[in-house]
Amino acid sequence: MSGGKPALADWTAGAEAIAYQSCSACGSLQYFRRSFCASCGAPDPEQKYASGNGIVYATSLVCRAATPEARAHVPYNIVLVDTAEGFRMMAHGDIDLAIGDKVTARFAQFAGRLVPCFTRITS
Amino acid sequence: MSFITGVGLTAFGRHEGSSSLDLMSKAAELAITDAGLKRADIDGILCGYSTVAPHIMLATVFAEHFGIRPAYAHAVQVGGATGLAMTMLAHHLVESNVVRHVLVVAGENRLTGQSRDASILALAQVGHPEYEVPLGPTIPAYYGLVASRYMHEYGLTQEDLAEFAVAMRRHALMHPGAQFHDAITVADVLNSKPVALPLKLLDCCPVSDGGAAFIVSREPTGEIGVRVRGCAQAHTHQHVTAAPALSELGAEIAVARAKAASGVAISDVRYAAVYDSFTITLAMLLEDLGLAGRGEAAAQVRSGHFDQDGAMPLNTHGGLLSYGHCGVGGAMAHLVETHLQMTGRAGNRQVRDASVALLHGDGGVLSSHVSMFLERTR
Repeated sequence: MSGGKPALADWTAGAEAIAYQSCSACGSLQYFRRSFCASCGAPDPEQKYASGNGIVYATSLVCRAATPEARAHVPYNIVLVDTAEGFRMMAHGDIDLAIGDKVTARFAQFAGRLVPCFTRITS
Repeated sequence: MSFITGVGLTAFGRHEGSSSLDLMSKAAELAITDAGLKRADIDGILCGYSTVAPHIMLATVFAEHFGIRPAYAHAVQVGGATGLAMTMLAHHLVESNVVRHVLVVAGENRLTGQSRDASILALAQVGHPEYEVPLGPTIPAYYGLVASRYMHEYGLTQEDLAEFAVAMRRHALMHPGAQFHDAITVADVLNSKPVALPLKLLDCCPVSDGGAAFIVSREPTGEIGVRVRGCAQAHTHQHVTAAPALSELGAEIAVARAKAASGVAISDVRYAAVYDSFTITLAMLLEDLGLAGRGEAAAQVRSGHFDQDGAMPLNTHGGLLSYGHCGVGGAMAHLVETHLQMTGRAGNRQVRDASVALLHGDGGVLSSHVSMFLERTR
């Protein structure tokens, strides 16, 4: 981040973690890292690690990929998860996930990179 | 005031050996001739983009190639909403006396000019480069996510979605320029190859070569005027991860603004031209725009409501799903067809009354929206 603290290492940087930001001025949460709060413009939102828990908001099972690296993983499930902390994120998920499932994150290799992959919590 | 004074459209499908500039030129020539104008009359150019031949100054490249020295020219990029966004800008340009005749043009050899993988990869880049693209999503997957949620909230089924593909194909069978000429059934759609479930191959528009153009002028150049009554946009997000709730998407906002700008009500509309990159796109937009009640679009398409002889004829050329999708020109075909309908030139596809039309375009993942009302004047 320009002029701010260094970014928390998360899966986008190859670490087994999901990070987000919380604005100390207005309380808004954001998942996409920025040097300011997109809701109120205040600088340097606080960086936090997420628990990895959430609820499935949407799913799409990709059966036709566009690159040879991704094609090796077909079919793979792209999901949107509403996290326990209150932000939404895109990730991979187990093939059998359904909307409304309670899930928790693990991490997997996909096309040469580390990606979050959600799995159902049996309760 | 502004008027659509001429339209041009190539067939969509394979144009072996044609470049993006070739397809743009062909469509532009047709539109200028249709308006009864000459190249020298055109003093403004707005063009889309080409994923096959990207350029930072495509409008000037085209102007030089085509042989026009315009007083105003640049490209516009709003994904699938580009065609209507350009029309909206052209409307304001001629209304404010910046120019007299704007050529709005786009064309792309997207099918034969690059591999299908390259097309899918290029389009997937509308996703977030750090938080989405590394996960390997595709455009169908972004819309597949939206589809899964919409189906969950409103009880829509895969059979319901298939009805939209069947209807668009039925329309395309009436147009010689359409990419597809074989009738399909709901079963065909359900049994087509899975792409990004719940979307299957026949839920998705194809990749096409083609070009489209029209002229926006201060005064009509022919007997029948097709006037831009009013238009508006809404942009709520770029990435599907950051999209608002289904009940807060931009189509509803854009159409509300367009109604306010034009004084036209949905009950005045006699013809609809709605963006249909996927079956889910069409189902959602029809409901967001108020052309169908929430959760009722599928029943209405099944009953023939949106057919040529139905109460609200829709995309009578076959839409993106079956006429084809060559990028920016794809949704411009919707406006070309609307113009033909409004001027009584749609031949075997002619509807009874297209005196007032609602057009709607969507770019990104329901990210950018443009709504426009056109009205026939004498």
